[in-house]
Amino acid sequence: MLRITGANGSGKTSLLKILAGVSAIEQGGVKWNQHLVKSDEYQSDIFYLGHQAALSGELSSLENLEYLSNLNKTTKQQQLIQALEAIGLIGYEDEYCINLSAGQKRRVILAGLFVSKAKIWLLDEPFTALDPAGVKIVEQRISQHCDNGGLCLFTTHQDSALANQRILAL
Amino acid sequence: MNIYLQTLSRDLRVALRNPSSILNPLLFFVISVALFPLAISPEAATLSQIAAGIIWVASMLAVLLSLNALFHHDYENGVLEQMITSHHSLPLLILAKITAHWLLTGIPIILLSPLLGIFLFLDGEGIKVLMITLLLATPSLSLIGSIGASLIVGVKNSGMLLSLLILPLYIPILIFASSAVSQAQFGLAIDGQLYFLAMFLILSLMSAPFVSAIALKISLE
Repeated sequence: MLRITGANGSGKTSLLKILAGVSAIEQGGVKWNQHLVKSDEYQSDIFYLGHQAALSGELSSLENLEYLSNLNKTTKQQQLIQALEAIGLIGYEDEYCINLSAGQKRRVILAGLFVSKAKIWLLDEPFTALDPAGVKIVEQRISQHCDNGGLCLFTTHQDSALANQRILAL
Repeated sequence: MNIYLQTLSRDLRVALRNPSSILNPLLFFVISVALFPLAISPEAATLSQIAAGIIWVASMLAVLLSLNALFHHDYENGVLEQMITSHHSLPLLILAKITAHWLLTGIPIILLSPLLGIFLFLDGEGIKVLMITLLLATPSLSLIGSIGASLIVGVKNSGMLLSLLILPLYIPILIFASSAVSQAQFGLAIDGQLYFLAMFLILSLMSAPFVSAIALKISLE
C-alpha cells in the first residue's frame, strides 16, 4: 500500500497515468511480472480510477458499473448489486447518474473495487467528495485488498488512518 | 466480441435516452434538402437533375455535424480513459462506437432518402440507386469521420477543424456516389461507381479503427 502525497502540480496524477498506461513515458519503462505497461497482460492486472467520474449521466448506476467492470472482466449482475450494496448505494441501482450527487457518483466508481480482480489498484484521489462513512468503507476495502496480497497506490491530500501504508512524497 | 456488443448497446442506450443529439443532424438533413426547391425552382425537370447531388451533400454535412459527439462525451467524463486502460482491443471498442454512430445517423438518412427523393422528383430507378450508394457509403463516412473526431477530441470549438480534416477525404465518395445516381437516371451502367464505393468501404473498415485508436491515445496523453 503506497500513499502518494505532494503539492498541487507535483506530478501525482501524471505518475498514476503513466502506471495506468494512459500517458507515455519519455525515458525508461514500467514492468510488472515481466510484462511491460500497455501490454494486455499488464492492463488486465490493473484497476485505474482517474480524476473524472467515468460515468454517463444517461445510464443508471448499475448500467455504468456493469460496463466499466466488463471493460476489465465480465462480471455477473448479482455481484455488481452486492458491490453497490457494500458501498452504500442500495436503492440507487436504477437511478440515472445525472441525478446523483458528487459523492454518490464517486461511490458508483468505487463500487468497482468490490468486484475487481485486478492485483494493482491505481486510485487518483479516491476519497474526494466522500463523506467520512464512505471514506471508511473504501479504506477497509483497500486494507482487505492489500492483506490478500494486492497492491494499491493512491494519492490523497487527506490524512488517512490506514495501517501499513508507506508514504511517497513527491 | 462480447465487449463489442456491450459497447454498442451502451452507446445506443445513451443516445436514445438523449434523443436531441441524434435528431439534430437528421433535422438539419431534412430541412436543408427541403429548402432547395424554394430557393432554386419548384420545376420537376430542374429538381430531378440536381436531386442526387443535393441529397448527398446534405447527408454528408449531417454526418459531419454529428461527428463531434462521437468521442466528445466519453472524453469529458473519462470513460475513454477507462477504455484505453482496459486490456480489450481499443480498435474493437472504437469500431463498436462507430457502428453505433452509423446506426443512429447513417440508417435514418438511408430511410429518409426515398421520401426526400420523391420530394425532389427523383424517379424510381434514381431512388433505388441513391439508397444503394447511401448504404455503401454512409458506413465509410462514419469510419473516416472517426479518424478526424479522434484527432480533435481534446480541442475546444473544433467544428471548423474537423470539417477541414475530413471533408477532403469525403470528396471522392461524394463524386462517385452522386455520379452513380445521375448516370442511373440516364440508364447508363453504374458498376464502376459502386465498386469504387465498396472498395472505399473495405479500405476504411480495415484502417479507420486502428488509426483512430492511435489518434485517441495521442490525444489523451
